[in-house]
Amino acid sequence: MPKGPGEKRQWQFLERMLLIRRFEETVVKMATDGHFRGHYHLYIGQEGTGVPAIAALKRKDFLATTHRNHGHILARGADPGAGLAEILGRATGLNGGRGGTIHLCEPKLGFLSTSGVVGGCISLAVGGGYACAQRRDGSVTMALFGDGALEEGVSYEALNIAALWHLPVIFMCENNSAGAMGMAKGGYPSLVHASKNLLLIPKSMGIKSVRVDGVDAAAVHAATTRAISLCRSGRGPVFIEAMTPRWAGSDPLWPELATGITDLRMATGGAVPTGKHQAWFEHYDPVLRLARELANGGEESVHRLSALDEATRKRIADAADFALASPLPAPETALNHVFVQEASA
Amino acid sequence: MSKQSYAAALVDALHDAMRSDPRVSIIGGYVLGLGPQRTLTDRLKQDFPDRVFDPPTSEAGNAAVGVGASMAGMRPFVDLGTASFSYLAWSQLTNEAAVAHYMTNGRLTAPVTFHMLHGVRGGGAAQHSQSPHAMLWNAPGLEIVAPSTAADAYGLIRTALASPNPTMLVSHAKLLGIETEVSEKKSAIPFGVADIKRRGRDVTVVATSLMVPYCLTAAEALAKDGIEVELVDPRTLVPLDEKTIIESVSRTGRLVVVDECPLRGGIASEIAATVAERGFKHLKAPIVRVTRPDTPVPFSLPLENFVTPDPEKIAAAVRGALKAG
Repeated sequence: MPKGPGEKRQWQFLERMLLIRRFEETVVKMATDGHFRGHYHLYIGQEGTGVPAIAALKRKDFLATTHRNHGHILARGADPGAGLAEILGRATGLNGGRGGTIHLCEPKLGFLSTSGVVGGCISLAVGGGYACAQRRDGSVTMALFGDGALEEGVSYEALNIAALWHLPVIFMCENNSAGAMGMAKGGYPSLVHASKNLLLIPKSMGIKSVRVDGVDAAAVHAATTRAISLCRSGRGPVFIEAMTPRWAGSDPLWPELATGITDLRMATGGAVPTGKHQAWFEHYDPVLRLARELANGGEESVHRLSALDEATRKRIADAADFALASPLPAPETALNHVFVQEASA
Repeated sequence: MSKQSYAAALVDALHDAMRSDPRVSIIGGYVLGLGPQRTLTDRLKQDFPDRVFDPPTSEAGNAAVGVGASMAGMRPFVDLGTASFSYLAWSQLTNEAAVAHYMTNGRLTAPVTFHMLHGVRGGGAAQHSQSPHAMLWNAPGLEIVAPSTAADAYGLIRTALASPNPTMLVSHAKLLGIETEVSEKKSAIPFGVADIKRRGRDVTVVATSLMVPYCLTAAEALAKDGIEVELVDPRTLVPLDEKTIIESVSRTGRLVVVDECPLRGGIASEIAATVAERGFKHLKAPIVRVTRPDTPVPFSLPLENFVTPDPEKIAAAVRGALKAG
């Protein structure tokens, strides 16, 4: 790979993708250790979509995410300690412990409220696009959602409104149903839709639509950059379907670390992928895939990878320590923040 | 003082808000329904062509656009049309707008204003006659406004569009054409301040929206028999001015609550419960509720009249409250 701005960007992508991976691995450990309750959703296997897509946005842009939000929040630069603290319901969490894993939100980075209703993200993002259009400042809104969001009616209404009013919205559909076992086999729900080609849905409304390999960070970044450019110049909205095969750990009803703790040496020749997840390690793990491309740069790159991993593990370990040491919210604060002006409530 | 219709005051409020705040826009092509007042909104489209949108028939989508836009810093006024259609946007109202501020620990706001035409409008049958705001009263996080006069409509809409919170504004379809007195310079009215629409010593009547003029008509008839009604219009259900209601009951000792929402779990029920809990010592007689019965609204006129509160039913209820205790 040639050195230059492209490679610098690849390293930036990998830094965030690895941060997300180590974060999610820690979330599983915290769940297994009983540090928080309730169901949760992991972003492992989709880092190659969220990171480059969000990297293509500017500071002034807005985003909307879903129940599978951890990766999006971190990709945009949220503090992993505050993210883990929120998942543990601590007072120092992004939402002060009021949201939990489903609702991680970082308003100062442009996130609209993180809806746990699958169609909520798409429809709120169209509102974000409406605001961008009213501002006339070239800003855009990106919705990052799963294929299941297209099972809910409000998504169709929102797509229609965005198309009618040419709103600057990038609909980033992360289709992670490929290879999913689905409810019928006792696994996590996967797409239940009559359409076998989801791109036909936005296309039927005249929305520019494109499909990309969601494991290929460079391809996602290129497609997203084009989409954003169209939206900024008033030629939106754009729909992108990023295909990401279902990570085995998200297959069961409750997540598990099916592929273990990611071993970056698999990307540098220091470890050889084997076993039933060999194909995942070799082809579909976006972190290993990008690390492998960068490792091709030679000995110096291999060292850099190793150093990056060490720094990332340290950062997440510190974040976990912070979260675990953080206090729970004072019970009586449950009555606060129903309204902006408490006195008027 | 001069007179103005509720509809004209509503349009004045929108026009003034749009002129003073560039963040305000309107999503809704028929804010005043399909009746004779509908053309009053034309000047909004003329003066603010880029800020008035005729949306598709997509209540959920339109509501969500308003919620999302408000989170991104705008102040949209989203018209949901006939209030019965708001059920299509229930998730957006109760599970997105109402909870966003709370769920983000106060870091995000959703200052959207929703508007809908509620009530038994005459021949609307079951699906175009509903008053869903009692149900919304059970969704913490929404401000709920139910004006009864032109001046209140203007003042409360100005406050709604300036409020940092999501607000549901309900206008009774039959109020739109009713003219009431307005001062030369209309002004904003704070939420949570009840208005005593009529002073009286014998009985407190609490009512909002169309029930206010109905109660005034009833009060005039009762006055001829020497019964003096004190009519309290809370104007906003969230926040609710409990103090003014209880103070009035402390003077009269009797309470009749009138509302067009159905009885069970309704607005009259909640106000009655509040007074029973906090003002029991003032009561000389049981509280009386005048509401729609717990049935859908029928089409045919005698059937519709039978289930709808009117001045005669209100007057009869007041007489009953005075006889008891």
